Amino acid sequence: MPDDLLRLDGLTKAYPGVVANDDVSFDIREGEIHALLGENGAGKSTLVKMIYGLVKPDRGSMTLRGKPYTPSEPSAARQAGVAMVFQHFSLFDALDVAENVALGMENPPKPRDLARQIREVSETYGLPLDPSRTVGTLSAGERQRVEIIRCLLQDPKLLIMDEPTSVLTPQEVEILFETLRKLKSEGTAILYISHKLEEIRALCDHATILRLGKKVATCTPSETTARAMAEMMIGSSFASPAAKHTTPGEVLLRVDNLTMPAPGAFGTPLRGISFELRSGEVLGFGGVAGNGQDELLLALSGERITKRGTIWVKGADVSRDGPVDRRAAGFLTAPEERLGHAAAPNMSLTENAVLTAGRRQRLVNKGFINWKRADGFAQDVIKRFDVRTPGTHVAARALSGGNLQKFVIGREVAQNPDILVVNQPTWGVDAAAAAAIRQALLDLASKGAAILVVSQDLDELLEIADRFGALNEGRLSALKPVADLSIDEIGLMMGGAHDMEVAHVAE
Amino acid sequence: MIRLEKRPQPSKAWTVATPILAVVLTMIFGGIMFGLIGTSPVEAIRTIFWDPLFHPQFAGFSRPQLLVKAGPLILIAIGLSIGFRAGIWNIGAEGQYIIGAICGAGAGLALYPMESALILPLMVVAGALGGWAWAMIPALLKVKFGTNEILVSLMLVYVAENLLASVSSGLLRNPEGMGFPGSRNLSQWSSSQNLELIPNTGMHLGVLTAFIAVIFAYVLLTRHIQGYNIRLTGEAPRAAKFSGVSPARTILFCLGLAGALAGMAGLFEVTGPAGQISIDFGSGYGFTAIIVAFLGRLHPVGILLAGLLMALTYIGGELAQLMLGVPGASIQLFQGMLLFFLLGVDVLTNYRVRFGAAEVA
Repeated sequence: MPDDLLRLDGLTKAYPGVVANDDVSFDIREGEIHALLGENGAGKSTLVKMIYGLVKPDRGSMTLRGKPYTPSEPSAARQAGVAMVFQHFSLFDALDVAENVALGMENPPKPRDLARQIREVSETYGLPLDPSRTVGTLSAGERQRVEIIRCLLQDPKLLIMDEPTSVLTPQEVEILFETLRKLKSEGTAILYISHKLEEIRALCDHATILRLGKKVATCTPSETTARAMAEMMIGSSFASPAAKHTTPGEVLLRVDNLTMPAPGAFGTPLRGISFELRSGEVLGFGGVAGNGQDELLLALSGERITKRGTIWVKGADVSRDGPVDRRAAGFLTAPEERLGHAAAPNMSLTENAVLTAGRRQRLVNKGFINWKRADGFAQDVIKRFDVRTPGTHVAARALSGGNLQKFVIGREVAQNPDILVVNQPTWGVDAAAAAAIRQALLDLASKGAAILVVSQDLDELLEIADRFGALNEGRLSALKPVADLSIDEIGLMMGGAHDMEVAHVAE
Repeated sequence: MIRLEKRPQPSKAWTVATPILAVVLTMIFGGIMFGLIGTSPVEAIRTIFWDPLFHPQFAGFSRPQLLVKAGPLILIAIGLSIGFRAGIWNIGAEGQYIIGAICGAGAGLALYPMESALILPLMVVAGALGGWAWAMIPALLKVKFGTNEILVSLMLVYVAENLLASVSSGLLRNPEGMGFPGSRNLSQWSSSQNLELIPNTGMHLGVLTAFIAVIFAYVLLTRHIQGYNIRLTGEAPRAAKFSGVSPARTILFCLGLAGALAGMAGLFEVTGPAGQISIDFGSGYGFTAIIVAFLGRLHPVGILLAGLLMALTYIGGELAQLMLGVPGASIQLFQGMLLFFLLGVDVLTNYRVRFGAAEVA
């Protein structure tokens, strides 16, 4: 039986008003892949931050290989052999790979040695990466490799990975799993945080499930169904989105040869995108992040005005209209980034309700805002989409990511749009809330709305979309009915594994 | 160890309490300073904060000065604060103030010596338009070419000052002024004079306009969609674009409004307290108003109070120099302390102070 690598004993951390972790104990063994599961706000992040030395526990202790382990800062954790790959990359676009790796190290070796080490590690673990490439030109999957290699260069005993697959194509996920399995065979333990239960079933040896800061269950993922794990996470059963039965009606949105230069140095240009979206239909656009999703959203929302004749709503050309006029025509959008784009961080939920609903919900009368009405609308959204918040007066930034996501998607759905375009509608949202958001989108479609979902979560697209297309370097693939598609086919539509065909894990 | 911990939301109580705390701290440390230079701290503080309003002998003169000085500060600061809320940094209110005064005075003097009740309103409109037009220069350059409004508006102050020098010794010079630079005295021409509305209060039309501007700004920012769009632009520019706010229109509106209000302030000054266009007409109100806007937390009511407080320290400072013979530099130091503490204790609004062992966070 392998030895315990890290033992957590009664870890407790309270923040004003919230107990983030309450008496959490479990062990991570050497050479195991251990899943950490839980809803948003269940305390996963706090727990991981304590292990990585970012937060100090109020009570409880940690033991690393039999010795007391009290990291006071991340560098102490790294010295003890604990490394972490964050969900959001901390890389500089304008620097090359080796420079970025050096920035994250305590004592970086000489640039030439470092480049050699990066090549060695990347070959050993099947993570092809050229140390001299500029990070701004890398795909999301390649950026993640930079982060992973940065960790591996420090020879960690425990590698913490926070939602690592959310930015990868299916082929890239397979390659990442190969890498992780190889690390495991060498005795490295991996603490794996993910919402994708099927992945956890395929990869992890053990799973610890947190709910409201407490450890509620452990299981062996390969012997447990995804549904059972999801129910353990939320503590009750929930309804999967019901399949809908609608036949597509008239064309509500037509995009005709939409071409647009990249907005900035590292953006993606849109290249001749054309599609039609019909009433009652859910269209899904997949693709790896950075292939034109954000740019397409900006063009559809009206934040960037496009050439005349490229965007048609119900037969009328809206290409030159701004967001306000498009909303008035029943054409609503929800961008990916919640804080700063879909919502203003320091403004209250009531104020954020006015952000897009001012005209359609008649919250503004002759230029004056009816705050009572706005508050009522915000309360409706909160109630209908189960947004957990003390009230509408709370600033948007005080909400957890998943709750704010429910609010910003709910704000658009509640306005009963004719056309709704959403980008990453369930990003970082727990299983139950994601199911609720998908159901809301399907309900909207069954009432005759046309829905376009842009997402990197393929399971989500396969679950709710009627037709599927992939964005790759600003181009849209041919649209195919979802029923006829296999995962491999989708991967190829998305641009394959981004030059990963040659990659293989060295034996 | 003292640590700062970010609050989840700005504290409402501290937002109100920090200015009071800052004034108290300024009194304590200012008192120490006055003590060190050999003046009684209590007497110095009393002379600055109390005597301008309540001294039996001087208050009669200095009390009206409070509104005379606070009026233009508030009027300009209100305009600036609306732009600052949107992240538009108009530093050139002094220039807009000067150009407003020149345009307004010029419009009036063109009709001299006609007598009509319409002349002063005409001058007010001309002053507002002048300030507006001067502010449109940085606004249009920013919208069309993406120039930095901070630099352009600031440099235009120096252009305005030179224009002022030019017109006061040329175009607008008093023909009966024995060749001295400076225009006719507008406060002595009954059609243009901006007199006290209530005797011995300092309350003239400009002060009244400032109070109306406070109410207008309050309603704009809290009730109107335009004010909401301005706040949204400042809080989250991308969210504002997503909402449908046009950045160009916001820039034109904010700079235009600030320019018009500053221009009006200049006009009320030239027809009232200053009396004439002269080379030294520019008194720094446009720059001090930036401080007033920030002291007032960019909030209309805050600006009203900050303007009065700022005016008080100016008048009290002059009084202290006169009565106690303290050096002028010590008064500036005292005012600097007030600013320092106001901005310094501001940290308490967003952060909580924790004493005790450091915790890695």
